[in-house]
Amino acid sequence: MTTTPTAAPPAPRAARPRTRRSGRRNDAWLGVLGVLIVLAGAELLSRTGIVNPDFLPPVTEMYASLFQLLGEGSFWESLWLTVRGWAVGLAAAMALGVLVGFVIGSSRFLREFTNSTVEFLRPIPSVALIPLVVLMFGTKPASAFLLVLYAAFWQVLVQVLYGVADVDPVARDTARSYRFGPLRVARSVIYPTALPYIMTAFRLAAAVALILEITAELVIGVPGLGRDIGIAQSSGNVPETYALVIVVGLIGVAVNLFARFVERKALWWHPSVRSEVA
Amino acid sequence: MNAARLARRAFMLLGLPLILLAAWWVASAGSTSPFWPPLQTILETFPKTWTWDRIVSDVFPSLARLGIGYALAVIVGIVAGTAIGLMPRLRALSEPVLEFFRAVPPPVLVPIIALFAGYTGWLGKIVTIALGCLWPILLNTVEGVRGLEPVLTDTARSYHLSRWRRLVFVVLPGASPRIFTGARQALSIGVILMVISELFGANRGLGAAIVQFQRSFAIPQMWTGIILLGLIGVMLAAIFKVVESRMLAWYVGQRQIERGE
Repeated sequence: MTTTPTAAPPAPRAARPRTRRSGRRNDAWLGVLGVLIVLAGAELLSRTGIVNPDFLPPVTEMYASLFQLLGEGSFWESLWLTVRGWAVGLAAAMALGVLVGFVIGSSRFLREFTNSTVEFLRPIPSVALIPLVVLMFGTKPASAFLLVLYAAFWQVLVQVLYGVADVDPVARDTARSYRFGPLRVARSVIYPTALPYIMTAFRLAAAVALILEITAELVIGVPGLGRDIGIAQSSGNVPETYALVIVVGLIGVAVNLFARFVERKALWWHPSVRSEVA
Repeated sequence: MNAARLARRAFMLLGLPLILLAAWWVASAGSTSPFWPPLQTILETFPKTWTWDRIVSDVFPSLARLGIGYALAVIVGIVAGTAIGLMPRLRALSEPVLEFFRAVPPPVLVPIIALFAGYTGWLGKIVTIALGCLWPILLNTVEGVRGLEPVLTDTARSYHLSRWRRLVFVVLPGASPRIFTGARQALSIGVILMVISELFGANRGLGAAIVQFQRSFAIPQMWTGIILLGLIGVMLAAIFKVVESRMLAWYVGQRQIERGE
């Protein structure tokens, strides 16, 4: 595979499948190389003292601390609480958002009637509710649940509303001339149209839910990895702080990959996914 | 006829908000619950709590930090994102690293940045906001630049547009819908971080004020803070929408034509 010295980004896209696949493998190796460069760079900065090792311990120490954590039961407990809080809040937001979205979206009157309220409530930052949930639930997981639910719900609702509104008028009219009942219309006309939007909603909401779950743990003190980070930092255990941040980052990566996987599985028939595979 | 339509429009716009406010007013009217003070009390407390002095000393600094951090993120994100998007090798090299940094929930940056910069001054807070806002803008710019219509870039090349002109007239406008998507996500993250960054250490600012009210059980004042924060969120979103619809007017029009509307 010779590379011609053109700086043309569209070239690989137009290439034959075989060269593209080997190109993709090359890309993967480059990605690994990039990660290694960053890790080595951070290690060097710390070892040589360019950055104060008290603030940025060597990467090897972070990972030593990470492996130590892996052997502790309390770490797994925190991990479980964080993931559970995320999953429960996200599931509730998805269920509620899709349901409300279908109901509001299917009626023109409801759509127009609720529009101003949705547009007003949506940008209200969910962290504004922190003092309120603290008063109501203290450090119980319910605090985190409410914040996650509020933040993720609007993401889902708005996407579902777009999706339901995006139904092809011809398809809708066709369904009507075949005298489909409302349930049948919902299942075979609205649902396939809205599904890509629901999946987008899932991807966005999954990321937002994790942010709010960690925020609640860090700021309010709901048990979980976020609280552990706060404790590690205030007790001066710097390597462990970084180790936990790395864990949380990896959870974030896993969440993104999971959301993309679900999207691809659910939309295997959709042109946007099929053109990527073909 | 016209008046009737106007009335209908006003009803659609204001109907539900008024119903909800009325419901809140009535439901909380005789409330003796300490957490849910009557709406009337909250509204009466509002002007007393958020005096001009207080707005100048608490709200403006918060917004200024948000503005500076956000602006930094936009500039760095677009510049770095365009560079990475135009160079496939660099993109392949940096993609996993960027994906990781994007996936780190921004609030956990606070303890890390607190190590470096301390958390009492402006610096740590601005860095937190800038770093949190950076990733969505950066990654969306990369995607936008990468997803440019090949016909466009080829045409620009065959016209021998200089590198600079290609950048300004083809690449950046072509990527701007995605850049705005990223900037919108970044704005809501920025607001979250503006509040959170004030909850650590001894601080002044809107977020710090709200939490102080809560800790001293000044509940109506706390509610006014929540409402003010909500209003700021709504206002920022509205400003963003105006800027976006101005700058992306061509794109919206194009989409409408494509959809045959």
